[in-house]
Amino acid sequence: MASTYNDKDRFTLITPPGGWVSVDFKELKMYRDLFYFLVARDIKVLYAQTIMGFAWAVLNPLVQIIIFSIIFGKVAKLPTDGIPYVLFSTVAIIPWTYMSDAMAASSQSLVGGQGMLGKVYFPRIIFPLTPVLAKLVDFSISLLLLTGVLVYYRIEPTLNLVYFPFLVLLMMSIPAGIGMWLSALAIRFRDVKFTMPFIIRMLIYSAPILYTASSIPDQYRLLYSLNPIVAVVEGYRACILGTPMPWEFILPGTVVAALLLFSGAMYFRRMEYVFVDVI
Amino acid sequence: MSDLAIKVNDVYKLYRLGIKQQASENLSSALASFIKSPIKNYRKYRSLYRFDDVIGPSDSVNYESLNILTALSGVSFEVNRGEVVGIIGTNGAGKSTLLKILSRITPPTQGTVEIHGRVSSLLEVGTGFHPELTGRENVYLNGTILGMRKREIDRKFDEIVDFSGVEKFLDTPVKRYSSGMRVRLAFAVAAHLEPEILIIDEVLAVGDAEFQKKCLSKMQDVGKEGRTVLFVSHNMPAVTRLCPRVILLGSGKILRDGPVDEVVSAYLHAGRGTTALREWTDLSEAPGNDIVRLRAVRVREEDGTVKEGIDIRKAVGLEMEFEVLQGGTEMMPYFTLFNEEGTTVFSTIDQCGEWKKRMRPEGVYTSTAWIPGNLLTEGTYYVRATMKTLERKKRHFNEPEVVAFNIMDTVDGDSARGDWVGRMAGVIRPLLNWETSYEPRAQKSMIAGG
Repeated sequence: MASTYNDKDRFTLITPPGGWVSVDFKELKMYRDLFYFLVARDIKVLYAQTIMGFAWAVLNPLVQIIIFSIIFGKVAKLPTDGIPYVLFSTVAIIPWTYMSDAMAASSQSLVGGQGMLGKVYFPRIIFPLTPVLAKLVDFSISLLLLTGVLVYYRIEPTLNLVYFPFLVLLMMSIPAGIGMWLSALAIRFRDVKFTMPFIIRMLIYSAPILYTASSIPDQYRLLYSLNPIVAVVEGYRACILGTPMPWEFILPGTVVAALLLFSGAMYFRRMEYVFVDVI
Repeated sequence: MSDLAIKVNDVYKLYRLGIKQQASENLSSALASFIKSPIKNYRKYRSLYRFDDVIGPSDSVNYESLNILTALSGVSFEVNRGEVVGIIGTNGAGKSTLLKILSRITPPTQGTVEIHGRVSSLLEVGTGFHPELTGRENVYLNGTILGMRKREIDRKFDEIVDFSGVEKFLDTPVKRYSSGMRVRLAFAVAAHLEPEILIIDEVLAVGDAEFQKKCLSKMQDVGKEGRTVLFVSHNMPAVTRLCPRVILLGSGKILRDGPVDEVVSAYLHAGRGTTALREWTDLSEAPGNDIVRLRAVRVREEDGTVKEGIDIRKAVGLEMEFEVLQGGTEMMPYFTLFNEEGTTVFSTIDQCGEWKKRMRPEGVYTSTAWIPGNLLTEGTYYVRATMKTLERKKRHFNEPEVVAFNIMDTVDGDSARGDWVGRMAGVIRPLLNWETSYEPRAQKSMIAGG
């Protein structure tokens, strides 16, 4: 489906699907207002008719941190390279909560939006990308919790904070890439819905969220570093706590995340034409 | 810049029908099929959109045996800028599929479509409305979903709210709205789209008469502004009023494409095969007996042309041509008119003085009954032609549904409907003389005061 745009005389050629097509950024730009309102919708609707409202964005990770700190910090006494367990897990759970929430929402975005899918055209790729942006609001709010913990432990900011924006982008690329893959699969095979809970449960153990990366044996380090979630979690830890940046995780993780993002977009674009016919 | 707005080139759309499950006969085969079913299911869901095996240069593929439905097969047409085109057809003719392809919701299996200009398609009103969002938020969300930009909505916001009449509830979540309010708000957004090409499905089917009227007049405005409109509908009076050109689809193909009166009549009579003209060339096969035989029945407009689509303001002539083979009997030509519902509208007997109570000599006669203009309502009529005698039970021929015609109102303002475009009830629609007497209010109160 090739198309060129010009505000005055727009030409669209509709052709049968086939082959690989790249993302039409020009078209996406035209629909940026829609993108904005869909993100706004997700944000407004999420805590509609709740008593706690946006406090849930803090309560959710807080409860997890308390549980993990008791079980893994106090009872199991996992080593944390000398960092207090609460601090150690807070830094990791906040980005993890974002990534798992965004991934789950993104993978179900097409199935959830099928009513619209059959009635109106707009770039389909907006569906899986909307939660990736919308969940950033929760993430930003939960940074308040992080700040509180940092103040409590008297952690002072270091120069490593300059990497923070980069880490946010890296963190967003993971649910975006996986979301594009899984949402395109989920609309055809509803099995995805049933596998999501245990994928997420397994992923939390695949990254150093509850334990330290240094506890991974050396021979598995390279394999381990291919997981981009490792890069995000270890990156945030170093960035916020001021420990040396773990480039040995960040570099391979970034490459894998970029591949995930690219392949997800390609797969999504290849499949998007069949979505309506297989609902 | 060419005048072309839409060009559809040989478009096909295939769908796979459900693949039948095989029932297991015993426990072990049930178990085996349970284990094998994931692979089978995978193949099944994968095959839903793949047609590589059946699309080829040959036309010899038997789609039916492959469980494939051809929703569209080889549709081609062009629409110029500023044209308002209606698309009609029975259920399953492919109208909705065509619309979905034109609005880029689903791709064609084969063939291409060229579209010049900004398109808005309205396959439903209120797409994407979220119950938890307020009216205001939904206006923006729905507007951008339909392809508007934020600043465009900003500009038209007051107008949209005005049109919807829900300004008091703008900051209330839509879930608290009545369904009527929701539809009004949704339509208000849709009505303010300003695309170059507008594609509309039967959205007019929703809502009350008042609302439909608003929709129709809004659509007429859109047409008058020189925009291209594609309008799919079952509502023949609406199509007749709005679209000068109509495309008739049938089992995925274009059956007719032309001026509205021709195509709408063709569609209405397609089911029964009745037209405005019926002639018998071989007299021995014509209805009748040895005394008299029917030669032809025709429907004429007041200028004398044989026509199926007749302007509501014009007189309609029902003409019966018969040949008396054996003179010396009295004849009473007799027509009965039925509407689409099968209701008898009226029957009429030739009261022409010349031949009343008179034995007719041999020869060819043509009798015409004139129905005045501005009497029948819009719709399709079927005519029964009978030749009666004075003996109550005896008749020479009696042909039901021998011809049919279609009364159409183009709403030029001088028919019985005037400028009203909504529904008008009734079996007939005479143009009556109205009188109004008037007393100015001030005078009345003076009398009351004095």
